[in-house]
Amino acid sequence: MIRIEGLRKRFRGAVVVDGIDLAIPAGQRMALVGSNGAGKTTLIRCLLGEYHYEGRITVDGLSPHGDRAALLMRTAFVPQLPPPLRMPVSELVRFVARVSGVDPRAVAAIAERLSLPLEPIRSRAFNKLSGGQKQKLLVAIALARDVDFLILDEPAANLDPPARAALFDLMAERGDATMIISSHRIDEIAGLVNRVVELDRGRVALDDHVVETLAPDRLLRCEVRLGAQEPVFARAALDWGLQPDDSGLMWRGAIPAPDRLRFLGFLTRYSALIVAIRVEEHEHADASP
Amino acid sequence: MHQTLLLRSPAGPAAPLGPLTVFLATARLDITEAFRARWFHFYALVFCGLVGVLLGFGLTESRVMGFQGLSRTLVTYTQLAMAILPIFVLISTVRTIAGDREAGVYEYMLALPIPLSVWYAGRFAGRFAGRFVVSVLPVVLALVIAALWGVANGVGVPWRHLALDIGLLVVLIWCFLGISFLISTLTRSADAAQTVAFVVWIVLVAALDLVLLGLLIRKQIPAEAVVGIALINPLQVFRTGSMLLFDPQLVLLGPAAWTLFDIFGERGFLIWAFVYPLLLGLLTASLGAIIFRRSDLS
Repeated sequence: MIRIEGLRKRFRGAVVVDGIDLAIPAGQRMALVGSNGAGKTTLIRCLLGEYHYEGRITVDGLSPHGDRAALLMRTAFVPQLPPPLRMPVSELVRFVARVSGVDPRAVAAIAERLSLPLEPIRSRAFNKLSGGQKQKLLVAIALARDVDFLILDEPAANLDPPARAALFDLMAERGDATMIISSHRIDEIAGLVNRVVELDRGRVALDDHVVETLAPDRLLRCEVRLGAQEPVFARAALDWGLQPDDSGLMWRGAIPAPDRLRFLGFLTRYSALIVAIRVEEHEHADASP
Repeated sequence: MHQTLLLRSPAGPAAPLGPLTVFLATARLDITEAFRARWFHFYALVFCGLVGVLLGFGLTESRVMGFQGLSRTLVTYTQLAMAILPIFVLISTVRTIAGDREAGVYEYMLALPIPLSVWYAGRFAGRFAGRFVVSVLPVVLALVIAALWGVANGVGVPWRHLALDIGLLVVLIWCFLGISFLISTLTRSADAAQTVAFVVWIVLVAALDLVLLGLLIRKQIPAEAVVGIALINPLQVFRTGSMLLFDPQLVLLGPAAWTLFDIFGERGFLIWAFVYPLLLGLLTASLGAIIFRRSDLS
C-alpha cells in the first residue's frame, strides 16, 4: 500500500505539487495522467526518494528517505528520458544485476520479447543506442526485476507499435505488482489500469476508480455518430462489436463496463471524425445490446 | 512461444545488498568509465610523458652525480605536479555530482537500491583510484625503474624520500578530490562547478609562499597571518613538505615555509604535511556527502 498524505513540493518558491493525498492499495494499477508541468514526474521522484518534500509518503510502511535502499529493492522504475550513460550495455546490465540482484538472463529474455536482442549491442555505449533501444533496455531491466512496485514514466514514449504492444503484454503479465504508469496518452494504457488519477497544476483533478464504479459484468450502451464514413474507423469499430446503420454514420453497440477507458481512448483517435457520442450504463452482460 | 520462466529473476524482492557490494560495484563502474574517457587518456599521456622525460634526464644526470640527480628529478616532478595535479583533479572531478545531476543520470541510477552515502563513497573511491593511476602510478613505475637502475649501478637509493614524496602526492590527490566533491555538491551545474573550481585553484596558487612574500613586504601584513595562511593552504603545505625532504635548509622556499619549518621542525612539519591534507580532504568530502544526501537528486 502506497500512502501519500499532504504531499507538497516547491522549487524556488514555485509550488509544483500542491497537497496531494492518495492511497494506492497493493496490486492496483494506476494511470497518472496530466499535461506537461502537471506534477507527474515530480510526484514520481518524491516516491523514489529523489526529492525532499513536505508531507508524508509511506510504501508498505517504508519511507522513501529513511528506508531508501529497502524500498528501492522492491521498486523498479523506467524514466521518461533515458539517462545519458556512456557505459556499454553489458556494463549497465552487470551493474544493475549487482546492485539489485536481477538476473541478466531475465533482462535479455524480456529485451528479446521487445525485439531488442542484447548480444549484438552488448559492447555499444548506452548513449549511442537509438531512443527506442534505450527505452526497451530500461523497460527490460525494470520488468525483469521481481519487485512489488513498478513505476513507469511514459514507458511507451519512444517505442514502435510492435514493441509497444509487447510492452503492454509484459505489463499485463505482471498482475501481482502495484503499478504507477505516467502517460500523456490514456488510450494506450487504459486497458492496463484500474484507476486513473489526473493531475493538474500539482493537484489531483480526477481520481477515477474504474473497477469500483463499474461492475465487471455490466455493459455500456454506446452510440457514435460520425461526420463522414471512414474505413479505418469502421474496422476498429467492428472489432469493438459496434454495428453501423444504413448510412454508415451511426454506430451502435455495447461494451463491457471495465473497458470503458480503453474504449474512450480508442474514440479519441477519431475525435475529428466524431460528431456525437452517447455512452450509458446498460443491463448485465447476458442482455442483448 | 515465449519462455516465461526466464522473464523474472528467480529470487523475489530481497533485502538490500550489503554496502560493500554496492560500494565496490559503484567504484568499479566509476573506474571503468574513467578508463574509457578521452580526458583520462590525455592526462595519462601528459603525466607519463612528463615522468618519462624527467626520468630520462634524471638517469643521464645521475651517471655523473649519482642518485642525487634522480632525486632532483623527483623534486622537479613534484613541483610540476603541484602546479598540474590540483587543477587536474579539480577540473576532472567537479563535474562528478553536478554534471550527473544536471544530465539526469541520478533519476535512473539512484532509483536503484543504492544507499546515497554508499554511492557517494563509491564514486569518491573510483575517482581517487582513477587519479592515482593517472598521476602517481607513472611516478611509481618510473621510480621502480630508476631504483633498479640505481641498484644495478651500485648507487644508493633514497627510499625514505621516495616513499614520502609519493605519499605526499597521494594525500594531495585525496585533499583536492574532497574539495572537488564539495564544490560539485554545492553547485547546480557542471559549468558553475568548473568555474568555482578554477577560482579555488587561483586563490590557492595566489596564497603560495612566494606570492605571500610580496604581500608581506608591500602591505605590511603580520607575519603570523602569512604563516597561518601558508599553514592552511594545501598547495603550500605540499610544496614545503616535498621540498623539505630534499632541501632541509629550505633555501629554495620563501619566508613562510622557513618559519613553518622553524616552528614545527622537520618531523613535525612532515606529520602536518600528511595529516592536514588528509583531514581537509575527509572534511570537505564528508561535508559534500551531507549536502548530497540533503539535496534533491535531479
